[in-house]
Amino acid sequence: MQASISLSVSSHSSPAASTKSVRTEEFICINALKPANVRFCGLRKEILGFYALKGFDSRPIELSGRRSSRKLSASLSENGVPSKGFDYDLVIIGAGVGGHGAALHAVEKGLKTAIIEGDVVGGTCVNRGCVPSKALLAVSGRMREFQSEQHLKAFGLQVSSAGYDRQGVADHANNLASKIRNNLTNSLKSLGVDILTGVGTILGPQKVKYGKVGFSDNVITAKDIIIATGSVPYVPKGIEVDGKTVITSDHALKLESVPEWMAIVGSGYIGLEFSDVYTALGSEVTFIEALDQLMPGFDPEIGKLAQRVLINPRKIDYHTGVFASKITPAKDGKPVIIELIDAKTKEPKDTLEVDAALIATGRAPFTKGLGLENINVETQRGFVPVDERMAVIDKNGKLVPHVYCIGDSNGKMMLAHAASAQGISVVEQVCGKDHVLNHLSIPAACFTHPEISMVGLTEPQAREKGANEGFEVSVAKTSFKANTKALAENEGEGLAKLIYRPDNGEILGVHIFGLHAADLIHEASNAITLGTRIQDIKFAVHAHPTLSEVLDELFKSAKVSSVSSPIKEPVAV
Amino acid sequence: MASSLLSKPTPNSKTISFSSSLATPLPWPTKGSASIKFHIRPRRRNPSVQAKIREIFMPALSSTMTEGKIVSWIKSEGDVLSKGESVVVVESDKADMDVETFYDGILAAIVVGEGETAPVGAPIGLLAETEEEIAEAKAKAASSSNTAPSTPPPAPSSPSPAPVPAAATVSSPTPAKVASLPVSDGPRKIVATPFAKKLAKQHKIDIESIFGTGSFGRITPVDVEAAAGITPKSSTSNVVSANVASPAASAPPKAASAATPPPSIPGSTVVPFTTMQAAVSKNMLESLSVPTFRVGYPVSTDALDSLYEKVKPKGVTMTALLAKAAAMALAQHPVVNASCKDGKSFTFNSNINIAVAVAINGGLITPVLQDADKLDLYLLSEKWKELVDKARAKQLQPHEYNSGTFTLSNLGMFGVDRFDAILPPGQGAIMAVGASKPTVVADGDGFFSVKSKMLVNVTADHRIVYGADLAAFLKTFANIVENPESLTL
Repeated sequence: MQASISLSVSSHSSPAASTKSVRTEEFICINALKPANVRFCGLRKEILGFYALKGFDSRPIELSGRRSSRKLSASLSENGVPSKGFDYDLVIIGAGVGGHGAALHAVEKGLKTAIIEGDVVGGTCVNRGCVPSKALLAVSGRMREFQSEQHLKAFGLQVSSAGYDRQGVADHANNLASKIRNNLTNSLKSLGVDILTGVGTILGPQKVKYGKVGFSDNVITAKDIIIATGSVPYVPKGIEVDGKTVITSDHALKLESVPEWMAIVGSGYIGLEFSDVYTALGSEVTFIEALDQLMPGFDPEIGKLAQRVLINPRKIDYHTGVFASKITPAKDGKPVIIELIDAKTKEPKDTLEVDAALIATGRAPFTKGLGLENINVETQRGFVPVDERMAVIDKNGKLVPHVYCIGDSNGKMMLAHAASAQGISVVEQVCGKDHVLNHLSIPAACFTHPEISMVGLTEPQAREKGANEGFEVSVAKTSFKANTKALAENEGEGLAKLIYRPDNGEILGVHIFGLHAADLIHEASNAITLGTRIQDIKFAVHAHPTLSEVLDELFKSAKVSSVSSPIKEPVAV
Repeated sequence: MASSLLSKPTPNSKTISFSSSLATPLPWPTKGSASIKFHIRPRRRNPSVQAKIREIFMPALSSTMTEGKIVSWIKSEGDVLSKGESVVVVESDKADMDVETFYDGILAAIVVGEGETAPVGAPIGLLAETEEEIAEAKAKAASSSNTAPSTPPPAPSSPSPAPVPAAATVSSPTPAKVASLPVSDGPRKIVATPFAKKLAKQHKIDIESIFGTGSFGRITPVDVEAAAGITPKSSTSNVVSANVASPAASAPPKAASAATPPPSIPGSTVVPFTTMQAAVSKNMLESLSVPTFRVGYPVSTDALDSLYEKVKPKGVTMTALLAKAAAMALAQHPVVNASCKDGKSFTFNSNINIAVAVAINGGLITPVLQDADKLDLYLLSEKWKELVDKARAKQLQPHEYNSGTFTLSNLGMFGVDRFDAILPPGQGAIMAVGASKPTVVADGDGFFSVKSKMLVNVTADHRIVYGADLAAFLKTFANIVENPESLTL
C-alpha cells in the first residue's frame, strides 16, 4: 500500500504540519490523527462518514465520456489496448496491495494498465507490514506453546527448553517478504501490466510523469488515474527515531535485536502484535497508551477479554492516559529515556528508562510529491479527500474527474485488503458499472495468540445507530470453551460475539477473540456483504468438530422475532 | 499458625467485617482452611458496621464451586472503589465472572494475587473505608502474606507483628548484596521491569526494598525472586503450584540452590546451558542418587588389533568392535544389562542396546546401537555410521539416544590410559575404555613379552550388580577381545 513515490529521507518525516508548532497544538494534532489512522478506528470513522453520506446516495454517476460500446475483444489475460489518444486506460501510482489488486482487476476488464512504483513492489503490507509480521508471529506462537508448561502438561508433552536463533527468525520473515514480493511482481508481469519505475507525479488532468531521481522524467497520459501511495509509520513530535533503540514497525520487523525491555507506544493492533512477538522471544514490554484504556477501537468486551489474556498474564505492564512527549535513544551508556505527560492536563507524569522503544502510534498517509496541487486538491492532514466511490475531491468540494485514491492514502480504512477492495471498486466504476464498497463488510484481524477479528460495528456503535434510527439491538455470545475442536487443542479461551437486529435478523457486527479468529470471521463478513440474515444463515451446516461451529452456535443462539408477520400487535392508544 | 486457625474459627468465618481493634495479625485462612459455612451465606458483608476494614471474599459463583482462581484484579491497591464497580475477575469451574464490590472504599490490599487460587469464602482482598486505614489493612495483609502458599517459611527473624508496611517484613530475606554497585548518580529512581513488578505484587514484596542488579541498576524478575527467597524458575508460569517435577530429581538441586550462589568474579561471562547441556547436567545430578562402584580389568588387544586391521577396509570401526564384544559378554551376564528402576527390583532388559558416548559441539550424546548382540559386525558398523551422521545433523530420534541398556565410553584415542565413568540414570553399568598400550608382561613360565594392553573400567549400580558379577562379566569380555574371531561370526 505504501508506494513511496519519493524516496528521499526527508519525505519520511512526519506529516504533522508545522515544525515549530507549540506543544499543545501537536497533541491536538496527534489526537486528531488517531481515529483516522491508528488502530481500527478507521472503521469507526468510516461508519460516521457513512451516516453523513446517507441520503446523498443517489448522486448521478459521473461517467461522461465513457463509451458504452467499449471494445471488449481483448483477451482477459492480457493487458488491453488503450483508448484513443491515451497511452493507458488506467495508471496506478503505487504498487502495494491496493494498486496490485486494482491492476489485476483492470486487466481482467480489458483496460490497458500501467503501475508506477518508486520503491519495491508490494508496498508496506508485503515488505514492512502484514506479511513479515505474520512470519514473526508464526514463530512467537510456537515459542509460546513450547514455553507454556501447563499447556504442554495438559497434552502430556515434554519439551525440555525452547530456544531460538534470532537471525534464523529474522531470515524467515525476510524470506517470506521476498517470496510474496516476487509472486506479486510475477503476477503483474504475466498479465502484461507495465511496471514503470520511479516517482509518480500528477501533472494535470489525465497526465502523469514518472522517473527516478536524477533521470529525466517520462510523461504519460491516462484515461483514469488511481492514487495508491499508501502510508508510512507515524512518529509523533518529540520522538527521535534512531532505528536501533527507538524504532518503528519498519525496523522492528527486521528483528535486529531482542531487547530485554521494550516500551511500545500505542496499543493498537500493530503494538499488540509486536508485544506478542517480542514477549514470546523473551522481552518484557511496557505499553504507553494515550487513551484511558488499552486496545481502543476494539469492541470493549473483546478488548477486556483480550487484555486479560494477552496483557495481564504476560510480562507486560502499561501506562494509559499518557503521551510520550519525548523519547531519547540510548547513547553514551544511558538507556532509552521516555518522558510521559498526562494526556489531558499535559503535566509531566513519569520517566521511563527502557532498552528500546517501538513507536506504534499508527500510520501517516504518504502523499507528498504527488502533484496534487496540479489538480487543485488539498490533502487533509495528509490524506487525499475522496467520496464514497474513492473519487478525489478538490479544494472546492467538487469531484476531480478521472482521479481516484485508494488505500491508506485516503484514510478510510487502513487495511491492505480494504485498499484492494477499493481498487476493484474503482475499476468497476471506470468500466461503467457503479459500485460502492460497503466498508462495514470488510473484516479486520489482529494476529496475536489467540487472534482477534472483527467485522462491522462494535456494540456501542451499534447501540448508537439503533438509538438514532429507532431499532433494537441484541447481542449473542458463544464461548470457545464449549467447542470440541478448541478444547482438543486446549485453547478454550475465547469469545465470539454477534451484534444484530432482532427485528429483521440483520447482522450488524461480529467480533471474535480466540483460536484462529482471523480465519473464522469470513463467514460473518460474507454474510454482511451478501446481506444474508441470521434466520437464513443459521440453517447452514458446519463440519463437526471444527472451530467454525463457534459461529454456527453463535448464529443459532441469536433470537430473531418472527419475520414473517410484519403486522405488529395492536397497541391501545 | 494452624493452631491459631483452629482455635479461632468463629471470628474468621462469621465476622465478615473486622473492627479496627482486631488489628493483631490474624492469619487469613489459606487454601483448604476456610469454613464451609460460607457456602450457605450470601456473599454480603455484615451490615452491622463499626468496622472500617472489610474483607473481600472469594464468592461462590456456582453451586458446585469450591474454590476459585483470581484471573485478574481489575483494580489495584490504592484504587478508590464505588459500590457496584467490578473489582476482580474470578474463574470458577464454569466461567470467568467479574466480581463487584458492595461498598464504597479503597482497595487497601490484595491478599490473593492474580493466578492464585483461594477457596470459596476466603478473603482475597481488603477494603478500607478511609485512607487512614490503608496502612492498617496493609499490615494485616503483610502478616497474612507470611502464610501465603507461594512464599517459603520466612527466616526465623522476620515475622514482625508491628503494623509496619510490608517493607520491614520482607527486607530481611533479601541477600545483602553490597558489592559492585552500578554507578548511580544522585538520588536513584526505582526502576523495575514489568515482570519484576508483577512478581513483586504476586509475592507481596515491596519493590522499593529490592536492590536491582539488572542493567542500569533496574530491578529484574530474578532480583524479585531472590528477595522472595524462591528458586528462579526458567518458565514464565505465574501459577504458584506449577513445579511438580519428579521428587527424586528435584530434591538435591533445590537444597543446593537454597544457599545464595557464590558471587561471580568480575569480568566473568555467563553462558546459559544449551538444551543438550541442560539435559546432561540434569542427568548428572540424578546419577548422584545411585550407589555405584568400579571394577577395572586389563585386556590384551593384540588379537583385536590384528582383526581390526583386517576388517577396517570393510568399514568396521573400533567402536563397533568394542560394542559387539560388550554385547556378546552382556548376553552371558544379563544382570549387568539389567537396571534398577525402583530400588526394589531388578529389571532385566530383553534387548542389549549399547549406548556409545559421543562428544559433539560442546555437548554429549549417546547414540544407541540396538540389539548389538544380534546384529553382525558389518551391519553394526553401518548402523553406527548412520547414527553418527544423524547426531551431527541433530536429527537423532529420542529412541536412538535414550534406549540404551549399557553404555560404552572410549577415551583411548586421546591417549587416556584409564578413567572412570559416571553411571547414567536408568542403566546398570557403563564401561570406560582406555588406550591400548604396549606393556611388558610375564607369563606363567617366567618369560617376558610385550603385549598391548588396555584398561577397562566398569562403573555399576551396586544395588543390582555386585563385584563378582562385574568380575565375571569382565573376564568374559576380556576373553572375547583376546579371542576376537567370534566377533566376526
